[in-house]
Amino acid sequence: MLNYELTEEQKEIRELCRRLAEEKIKPYSQEWDEANKMPDEVLKIFAQSDLFSLCIPEEYGGMGGGLLDLCIATEEISRIDGGVAASYAASFLGMFPILLFGTEEQKKKYLPRLAAGESIAAFGLTEPEAGSDAAAVKTTARKDGKFYILNGTKHFITNGGVADIYTIIAVTDKKRGPRGMSAFIVEKGTEGFEFGKKEDKMGIRASATRELIFNEARVPDENLLGGREGTGFIVTMKTFDQSRPGVAAQAVGIAQGALEMAAKYAHQREQFGRKISSFQGIQWMLADMAAKIEAARALVYAAARMVDRGEKNSGPASAAAKLFASDTAMEVATQAVQIFGGYGYMKEYGIEKFMRDAKITQIYEGTNQIQKEIIALDLIKRYTK
Amino acid sequence: MRIIVSIKQVPDTTEVRVDPETNTLIREGVESIINPFDMYAIEEAVRLKEKHGAETIVITMGPPQAESALREALALGIDKAIHITDRAFAGSDTWATSYILAQAVKKIGEYDLIICGKQASDGDTAQVGPGMAAHLDLPQIAYVKKIEEISQEKKMIVAERLVEDGFETLKAPLPCLITVVKEINEPRLPSLRGKMRAKKAEIVKWNKDAIGVEEDKIGLRGSPTQVVKIFTPPQKKGGEIWQGEPEELGARLAKELKKYL
Repeated sequence: MLNYELTEEQKEIRELCRRLAEEKIKPYSQEWDEANKMPDEVLKIFAQSDLFSLCIPEEYGGMGGGLLDLCIATEEISRIDGGVAASYAASFLGMFPILLFGTEEQKKKYLPRLAAGESIAAFGLTEPEAGSDAAAVKTTARKDGKFYILNGTKHFITNGGVADIYTIIAVTDKKRGPRGMSAFIVEKGTEGFEFGKKEDKMGIRASATRELIFNEARVPDENLLGGREGTGFIVTMKTFDQSRPGVAAQAVGIAQGALEMAAKYAHQREQFGRKISSFQGIQWMLADMAAKIEAARALVYAAARMVDRGEKNSGPASAAAKLFASDTAMEVATQAVQIFGGYGYMKEYGIEKFMRDAKITQIYEGTNQIQKEIIALDLIKRYTK
Repeated sequence: MRIIVSIKQVPDTTEVRVDPETNTLIREGVESIINPFDMYAIEEAVRLKEKHGAETIVITMGPPQAESALREALALGIDKAIHITDRAFAGSDTWATSYILAQAVKKIGEYDLIICGKQASDGDTAQVGPGMAAHLDLPQIAYVKKIEEISQEKKMIVAERLVEDGFETLKAPLPCLITVVKEINEPRLPSLRGKMRAKKAEIVKWNKDAIGVEEDKIGLRGSPTQVVKIFTPPQKKGGEIWQGEPEELGARLAKELKKYL
């Protein structure tokens, strides 16, 4: 790994997460993948180690660090299990809107609970007909005295059912299009808020992905994020600018884990009377994988640092990091399976899981095609003035 | 309540490899860790602190690098660390070591409980904990798998200890020394805040003069144990299982036994 001039704290985060992943996740990774779930206690381990306090300012009970801290943690967990990492990082996806746009009261109420890991968060945007087209949200929220009444269905929600606090995007004024969307903090147990179908996924199976159903759900008006209607779309976009380096870090971790397994295997496996690691064909594959991973990591860390410095135009950098890292993860994981050959295709060897886990990083939090659009629109804006 | 945890830094045996040429352990590059059994002792102390409120102190006797073991104990939630270190301690056997640790405990002063891991993964003697209790004239409960009750007010502890064919429940007055087995708990990972705190924490260092030991009771001179030879025990042959009719097996057994008469 290159020298990224990490702080002492960041080095400690890496070491702690590596140990957590090796000791508390690795022995059960295959079991949770098969079961399509993990026990609730797993996230408690993260809480006990203060890992939910990253990125949250000290005044709200956090460690006060930045996005790069979270990226390092997510990368190390993903090196062992991309599914557990998805669940961990998705809580931050639900937390970011509160941190970025919440009123002081909302921050004081929710951030300390999240920093302590007493509560888990989730972000609810996607609907059956609103994926890449985020503005096509159909879930509605209408004002009724001191409450907003939510109706509609969110699907593919990571941490659905597991999370205690949900940031939900709903339409408050249909006429205004994207500007008529608002964000709400909805707590589990709210009347009229229920959980629907639990998805049976290709990968990241330790994490829960579930439908959220709002049927005349009564949300107190003090839970309107930021206390203002109409911010839903900008909340979504700014949240993704923050969270995308995290997905990219997940991709880097998955790729790194796959590379390590492939290199180890290549040095054990013998064919034609010699270790396959002695064949140039295998060596070149491993070298390409390693170089691309390092390039992805450098890009991800640079994007995270841009966000941490509060640079205005970090969106395209976040998008580029997510695009490049996820494509790298998919390529590296596929090559790793190739190096394992027939054994790689068998679940028993655990490498095919990396290929399944890698795929989602090209899809969620904006497909890679959407990332390209973000990058291209920025280019066009910048060079055609 | 004040709880003292006594730990040892050992080589990580899961990483120790044997040199196939010389048949000796390759020590170079092997990481040092807290003796795995001591991790349960630390965890139990932290749990008692969380449940009843207590000051927790970790002590270790060892060379300068043992400081990292103390820092890890602090990261896991122990309040204070004391490093007992002096070149004069080198070569101490379990008798001398337990004497030195007991002297350090005396210097700490008041305490209610001492917790040790049941044994160290390198020496495997299981003698230092009980030895400390003997030097300090304390009641001791070894191989504890559960603390049923502990009360500073009533000055007593009730604990379940593992014995070969089950377990015993013992009650002892405080202060008391216990050694713990892995069944007692599941050690946690350090917390990030704990790690950051541990990095900066001041570690108290005590040498032989600080704890007032008698020179002829420490180091090689104070160690009655002499290591005569280290060897790998010959492998035991596996037993045999015979199957068949009782009469047939009885006759075969009798014939076999006659060989040894």
